[in-house]
Amino acid sequence: MNIAVLMRPVPDPVEELEISPDGADLDRDYLGYVVNEFDEHALEEGLLIKEQVGGTITVLAPGSADEIDDILYTALAKGADRAVKLGTDVGPLSAHALARLFTDALSDIDFDLVLTGVQAADELDGQVSVLVASMLRLPHISVVTATEPIAAGVRVTKEFWAGITADYEVTLPAVLGVQAARQAPRYVAISRIRQAQQGEGLVEADAVPPERGSVRITAVRLPEAEDGAEMLGGDAEAAAERIIEILRAAGVVQGG
Amino acid sequence: MANEIFVVTEHLAGEVTESSLELLAMGRSLAATTGAPVVAALIGAPPAAAATLGGADLVLVVGDPHLSEFNPEAHAAVVVALVNEREPAIVLVPYTSIGMDLASAISVGCELPLVSYCRRVTAAGGLAATCQLHAGKVEADVAVQGDRAVFAVLSGSASADDGRVGGAHAVEEIASPVDLSGGKITFIEFHEPVGGDVDITAADVLVVVGRGIDSGENIELADELAAALGGAVAASRPIIDQGWLPKSRQVGKSGLTVKPKAYLAFGVSGAPEHVEGMRDSSTIVAVNSDPQAPIFGVAHYGWVGDLFDILPELTDRLEG
Ligand SMILES: Cc1cc2nc3c(=O)[nH]c(=O)nc-3n(C[C@H](O)[C@H](O)[C@H](O)COP(=O)(O)OP(=O)(O)OC[C@H]3O[C@@H](n4cnc5c(N)ncnc54)[C@H](O)[C@@H]3O)c2cc1C
Ligand SMILES: Nc1ncnc2c1ncn2[C@@H]1O[C@H](COP(=O)(O)O)[C@@H](O)[C@H]1O
Repeated sequence: MNIAVLMRPVPDPVEELEISPDGADLDRDYLGYVVNEFDEHALEEGLLIKEQVGGTITVLAPGSADEIDDILYTALAKGADRAVKLGTDVGPLSAHALARLFTDALSDIDFDLVLTGVQAADELDGQVSVLVASMLRLPHISVVTATEPIAAGVRVTKEFWAGITADYEVTLPAVLGVQAARQAPRYVAISRIRQAQQGEGLVEADAVPPERGSVRITAVRLPEAEDGAEMLGGDAEAAAERIIEILRAAGVVQGG
Repeated sequence: MANEIFVVTEHLAGEVTESSLELLAMGRSLAATTGAPVVAALIGAPPAAAATLGGADLVLVVGDPHLSEFNPEAHAAVVVALVNEREPAIVLVPYTSIGMDLASAISVGCELPLVSYCRRVTAAGGLAATCQLHAGKVEADVAVQGDRAVFAVLSGSASADDGRVGGAHAVEEIASPVDLSGGKITFIEFHEPVGGDVDITAADVLVVVGRGIDSGENIELADELAAALGGAVAASRPIIDQGWLPKSRQVGKSGLTVKPKAYLAFGVSGAPEHVEGMRDSSTIVAVNSDPQAPIFGVAHYGWVGDLFDILPELTDRLEG
């Protein structure tokens, strides 16, 4: 089975965020990027399918930042066959624009299945997985937690809520929005990534950034912690003492 | 009806979800601004289920054998056809496992702008929304160009009770507007959740660990505190996906909803999908090394610092 995995960088969620001077975006000058965690699960699921039935994996990622190279070389080191870096500088993209970029690139690739993360934390205007499928008029299933290659295509487990899941069979080609792979994404040794950097697996493809579309951010805020919780302050000992008082008041710790 | 507010409701095995009712409540308050009727689409459910949707002026019950269980392909085709036919001004879709398969398909299939991760949608002076991005760390005000759009709305953005109320409404049973035979996706079967060793919904105290716990071995620290408190250990989704705890311990959108007397979160960022399952806990205490962590927005008490400093400290004091 030939699989295309769509991966994208997202701002590192544990980094301190700041607002841009115009108040309508994050200050991107200081932003670090990491790969969207759900895309890592998509890659893992692709690798598991390849191990089961063979085939190739092509990974696509947009942008020019060094982080993109890291994402793509890591994917190659894990077992992807080819990596395509889209665009010299596409900048921050809307989900629609990103989906358009991916669909254009997919027209040059021979694939049976497209896998990508079910969502990304900055997808203001839709989910890339379903947008790509809809633009290509392919069937899609979101919130996928397992796949099983079968003669007719793939058997797919979709998660609903409260632990309820359903199985579907889908003929190929198809697009899946992966929530979690069957197993946790594998680790890969730095030495393997260095090896991939020496290889020829990564190619750059020119991409024209599509228009941003009809949804515009007018203001961005970072909700302040103080708006919610009463902050305890102090060192760990002082805070622990206060927390035990709080638990006592909540009636779950006896005595005093 | 070109100014209509079109609400995509959802159900599993005929049971209409709370998210659907929340959207009806949101639709009603938008209707109060625009004066437009609220039309709910109920796809593949038994017509009796329409009785729950009191907040709608009209419920369209779409019946077809291909629709009785959720099918991303068939359900999307029906919603796209209905939206193209009725041309509503506002389409509200729940940002749930079902809605996630529909919202973007409507945007492309009906050529409508889409705003996702919505907390609030307004229609006075142009369509606009307030959205929660970056797993709850960022709030954005968003304006839509044009007078029609699709909004994918996060669960908990309106009161389900407000959507439940309402007078007599019209119910129209219709056949699928599109031929659904020859689909590429076939529903096979549902799986019920596997029961766990511990029922986290029954515990008075939950010690909840997130990705900040760093490794499977460290879960022991939470076990010890839970034992000292007579409570149970629960977790955010990544902990379950790593295989460090069973699925039965997961709190949130795709896990369980819990309302303990005390909810102690260690190294949980507070993504909307997590918060959905715990925000009604009586007392919430959060420990996180990131002062911007959105969990502090729902917690009653917070401490910024290293969980590895305070977790053992709490256990020692309780055991001491
Ligand atoms: C369809 C769907 C359904 C989902 N369902 C669920 C669900 O049911 N439940 C759920 O939880 N998630 C769910 N998610 C995932 C959700 O989006 C988040 O990815 C997840 O909740 C994040 O978990 P976390 O807070 O443990 O990890 P992170 O977001 O990575 O946060 C880790 C936190 O730990 C803090 N930290 C790190 N080290 C320390 C330390 N030493 N001391 C103190 N703090 C530290 C960091 O500052 C950070 O805030 C779902 C996602 C999707 C798309
Ligand atoms: N960035 C965007 N944000 C929101 N909606 C968009 C965006 N781009 C396109 N759309 C909408 O989606 C429809 C289909 O997009 P497209 O197929 O790219 O032309 C367009 O007619 C727009 O109304």
